[in-house]
Parts: sequence; structure tokens; C-alpha cells
Amino acid sequence: MVSVQWDARRQGDTAAPAESAQDARLADLRPGMRGQVTDIDESVEPSTARRLFDLGFAPGAEVTVLRKAPLGDPVVFHVADYEVALRKEQAAGIHVRRTA
Amino acid sequence: MSAHCGPVSARAVTGRTRLALVGSPNSGKSTLFNALTGLRTKTGNYPGVTVARYEGVARVGEHEVVIEDLPGTYSLDPISPDEQVVADVLDPGNPDLGTPEAVLVTIDATTLRRSLGLLAQVMQTGLPICVVLTFRDELARRGGSLDVAALRRALGVPVVGVTSGSRNDLAELQSMLLDRSAWERPVVPPPTDPSQRRAWVESLLHSAAYEVPEADRRTRRIDSVLLHPLWGTLIFFATMFVFFQIIFTVATPLQDAVQSVFDRLGTQVTEHVSPQLLSDFLGNALIGGVGGVLVFLPQIALLFLMISLLEGSGYLSRAAFLMDRLMAKAGLEGRAFVALLSALACAIPGIMATRSLPSAKDRFATMMGAPLMTCSARLPVYVLLTGLLVSPDTRVGPFGAQGLVMFALYLAGAFSAMATAWVFKRFSSRSGPVLPFYMEMPSYRLPRLRSVADAIWSACKGFLSKVGRIILLVTVGLWLLLSLPMHSDAHLRSAGIDPADRTAVSAYEVDHSFAADIGQAIEPVFEPLGFDWQINIGVLGSLSAREVFVATLGQVAAAQNPDQPAEALTHMTYTDGPHQGEKLFTPATTAALLVFFLYALQCMSTIGVMRRETGSWRWPAVAFGYMFVLAWTMAFLTHTVVGALT
Repeated sequence: MVSVQWDARRQGDTAAPAESAQDARLADLRPGMRGQVTDIDESVEPSTARRLFDLGFAPGAEVTVLRKAPLGDPVVFHVADYEVALRKEQAAGIHVRRTA
Repeated sequence: MSAHCGPVSARAVTGRTRLALVGSPNSGKSTLFNALTGLRTKTGNYPGVTVARYEGVARVGEHEVVIEDLPGTYSLDPISPDEQVVADVLDPGNPDLGTPEAVLVTIDATTLRRSLGLLAQVMQTGLPICVVLTFRDELARRGGSLDVAALRRALGVPVVGVTSGSRNDLAELQSMLLDRSAWERPVVPPPTDPSQRRAWVESLLHSAAYEVPEADRRTRRIDSVLLHPLWGTLIFFATMFVFFQIIFTVATPLQDAVQSVFDRLGTQVTEHVSPQLLSDFLGNALIGGVGGVLVFLPQIALLFLMISLLEGSGYLSRAAFLMDRLMAKAGLEGRAFVALLSALACAIPGIMATRSLPSAKDRFATMMGAPLMTCSARLPVYVLLTGLLVSPDTRVGPFGAQGLVMFALYLAGAFSAMATAWVFKRFSSRSGPVLPFYMEMPSYRLPRLRSVADAIWSACKGFLSKVGRIILLVTVGLWLLLSLPMHSDAHLRSAGIDPADRTAVSAYEVDHSFAADIGQAIEPVFEPLGFDWQINIGVLGSLSAREVFVATLGQVAAAQNPDQPAEALTHMTYTDGPHQGEKLFTPATTAALLVFFLYALQCMSTIGVMRRETGSWRWPAVAFGYMFVLAWTMAFLTHTVVGALT
């Protein structure tokens, strides 16, 4: 199979991000906020990390939080020119740098 | 694993080209499949997994091309059985499922940035590829643009744009299907490394002069209402209420009409055909059995009408989004809600509705739980037994006790269904990692009439051809058990029965039938629940449909009107054993029987439809087994507790 040994965590883009107030988890962002994906947390299963990448949550991608479900979970995001809902559990595994 | 597992052969049909259709969910893949193949489709299952296999034949002039519609996926790195199927079919090194000769990939022009990732993976398989670009009209509406010819050059594989409903576009694609000399394998396969792949996608978008579509304002506006914490929730419940009303209330008169046509037909036959046994067989077993199959069609057609409207418009994703948190408690996801709701009308549409769940594990867990929802066939049984259990005058506070018992039964059914789904989900998740949850929120789109009609047609066709046979066979078998052996008039007279008294004769027949022999043989199993052989006959007969229990018991009790047997039942006594002569329907036995019907899979139509949806007898057997054990245990506990209290 053409499967790739996926490891987003050692991606070059953001090799050693300086800890700053802008760094957050995607799940912590409120509706209306924007962020840029920096990397996927190490605790996330490789297959899930790979899927998040395929869904557009790739390092460098711009994500906007659109809205939360009435019960607080899941959350709709705008990423890679489309809209997708993730549960908080998955969104918590995505590191972002807040841009707005 | 070889070619002869499952209804659709995995072997390539010789002499015809085989193509596979690959694409993300919501990319217009199924619409394209239906447009190309029309109604020449058949469904089956991939060997060993709960994944449906859809194949169709596209006719182009004289030629026929077999197209396999693979499950929708966002990636070829599989994380679910459905995606594993896609990966396996497209893997030339894995010939088990029959590698296609070429691949059609549907790409949604409005989500090009994401979709090109999947295309990159398909291109890496080395199979010849043709890209079908969908939703270009929507791209234009939202102010985006794309140079298709430039994209074709940049990709190095043919790209055909289609607009849904456009015959010209379809004709271009059809001619491509025949002339596959133009289908090229990419000269240089796209990179596999993630960051290089991102660069590859960006360079493609640049070469194709891709103008990103604006956020869909129309969709955002609709969402601000439909996903509003208050209005959205209210609209959701209103929608689900209408949905349920339609498969429950609107379907009922249609089903009654089908039933009455077959009843009349059966009566005609019984009146005009002799001898008695043949006419009974034709009228009750055969015509009754066919009626018993067709009676489900209005419900199935209405269910798929509504599901395809909800899905095609994009609302199904929104409904699932609103319900997800609640369903997550049962280990399921939002989309399972629609299936469980449908199961309140009948487990048949409920189980068929699990098709809208993208994950095989969720589908399977929901299917195992769905038969526990209180379906409409349980109602007549509940009404009869509740009537025996508590008098209509009994009140608990301001509420009638009968209503409370019924409410408790509905609640227990729903709770047990969720609990069962949770257990099965846990059980199946032990193998393999937990699936992440993600759900695309597609733009609102007008459902296409053609797609809706196709969905209804294929659901009804599949039910008739695969499930109908099972239902018919079991109906005939049960009829034989309940009616044989025959008794001559002389025999009846010697037993003290007047052959002219139809009620007495039919009671005598059923009391001395093979079913009665079985009822007596299985008495030890049900004795701890308080059931005697007479109740066992009713339980056996109800396998054809739960509500049949009422009429069968009425026949056993020699009720004047077998459909209203309550009065006759109160006089029934144990005919032998330690309780001989005592009242049969004590509160303990009646309550145990209610609980038994709550849990037992007394419905071969459900078994049949599970067989069809999972492609094997294994899961129906598991469901029947676990539900029987559960039913017996819960009924035994009920019998013990109620017996001790009364």
C-alpha cells in the first residue's frame, strides 16, 4: 500500500516554536477566533494525526472557529476552504498559534 | 478470501472493463454513480466486513463498463473497515477484491485544496486515472474559478468537469469511459512526504489559477438559524417529529391498504379453492406471506425519501452535529440518532437507516441496539398484556397505571438500545484504535429528484430481493407448523368437537399442531418464566411478526374474536404440571411476558434485514442469541420480583 509513515510532529515548519501567549490548543479557541496550525500533539495516535492532516489540519493551515453545538461539543471549523466539525477531544490535539 | 463469498462476486466479469469510483463523502460520487449506471446496480457485501458493495453497469452505446462505487473516504490511509476496503481494492498488490483496471476520482471543485490530497494518494497507486470535477457551478456561484485545462496539464491525467444534470458533460465522460487510451498514469507520482505534498497541492492550485470560493454566505445564513442554540434545537426536534410522524403515521394507512388488499385476496382464495388445506395454504401462508413482505414497502420508501432529502440538502450533517454530544454517551455519533428514531416505527427501516453512518463499527453497534427500540409491532402485544396486568381504572397519582406501564416499556426499550450499542461499540473497539470523529458540513444544496428516486428504488429493490425471500419462507414454515397435521371430521367428532364450529376446530387444530408439540418440548426452557406450552405456541408464532402473538393466542384460547382475546385469556389455566388448574395469566407471568417481548428478537424480518445489511448470518445470529438471553434473564427476574410482590 502507498501508506506513508506519518509523523507530523517532527515536521520542519515550526521546529522549535518559542512558547508565547499566542500558542494554544484548537479546542481552547472561542467561536470567531482564528489560528494557524503549528503541529499535532504527541499524545495523538499516529493514524488520527494522519487523518487530521488529510482533513486539512496541516502545519501552516489557517483555521477559523465557526460555532459550537448547543451542548458545547462538537465544534465547526473552517479549514482548507471548507467546513468540518471535530469533537473537542480531537481539537485538543491540534496546536495552533492564534492569529485573530 | 476468494471470489465466492458474498452475493456480488469479487471476480472480474470477463469481457467487461471494471472501473472503481473513488471520492470523499459529499463529493457527488453517488450522484455520478447513479447518473452513469442508471438502475442497473446491484449491492452485496465485501467478504468478512460489514461494508456494502455497490456495483453498476454503465452502458455506452454497445459497450458495457462495470463501475464499483467505493465507500466515501478522505484518505487512503485507512482507519476504518470501510476505508480499508477502499485501500485494498486500489492496491494492485492485493488482488483479493479484484483490482480495477482504472479509477474515476470525484473531486469537489469547492474543496479542491483538501481533495487534491486524496487524489495524490490515488495517483500513487499507479492505476490509470480520470478525474471528475464536480460542483463547478457552485464554485462559480461563490466567486471562485478554476482553469480546468491548466489543471489537466499540471496533473498529467485527464480531468472532466461535470455539472449535475448536464447531459453534455455526462456524454463527454461516457466517451472517456470507452476511450481509455487517454487515461494516463501520472508520469511522476505525487510526493508522499506530507510537507512536500502540501507544496505539490499549492503548486497545482497555482498552475490551475484557482480562485478560492468565498465562504458560502447562503449556507452561513441558514446555519445561523439551523445551528442556533435555541432555534436550531427547536427546528431539529420539529424536523425529527415530522420525520417520525411520516414513517409512523403516514406509512400506516398505506400499510393497512397493502394489508387489506392481500387479506381480501386471501379470503377470495380460501372461499373459492378446495380442498380446505390447499386453500388455507394459498390464502394464509402464501398470499399472507407475500403481503407480509410488501407491507414494509411504504415505510421503507418513505424512510429513504426522507433520509435522501435530509442527506442531499445537507441537513443530516447538521442534525448529527446537534445530537452528537448526546449520542456520544452511547459511544455512537450524531448520525446514529436518525437510525434509532426510525427503529421506533420499525426495526427494518431503523437497520436500513444505519447505512448513513460512515463507520462500520458504529453501523454494527447501532444495528445491534436498534431492535430494542419499541417498534409499532410490539404495541398490540403491549396493549393486550398491559390490559391484563393492570385495570384501566388503576391510577398512580394523576396518571393512569396502564399509560405508565406503556411509558416505562418505551423508556426501557430506548435505554436498553443505547446501553447495548455502547457495549457492542466497546467490544468492537478493542480491536483497532478508537476512530476520531470528524464530519464535513457541506453547503446546503437542493436535493436532486433523480438521486432521491434512485435511493428509494434501490432500497425497496434490495429489500424485496434479499429479505422478501426469507420472510416468505419463514411465514410458510410457521403456517405449516401451526396447521399440520390435518384432522378429519370423524377425528374431530370423536374428540368431541363439532366440525361446523370454526372457533372450536381452529383451537383444536392449533392445540394439536406441530407447533404445540414444539411448545410442549420447549416448556422446560420457559417454565421458570411462568410460560406454559400454550403461551409458547404464541411466542413461536410471533416470530413471523410480533403482533401475530395476539391472534395466535386468541386462537389457542378459542376466543370468539381472536383479535380481541383479552377476555378469553383471563380464563386460561395451566393444563398440566404443578400449577394445573391455576390461572395462567397471573401478574407475574403477564409482566414476564411483557418484558420478554421488550427484549426478545421475535421478528424474522429484522433477522432477514440484518442478514442483508451485514452480508452474513453471523450478526443476526449474535443479535438473536444475545437478545434471547437478555429477554429470558430479564423476564425471569421480573417473574420472580412480581411473583414475590403479589
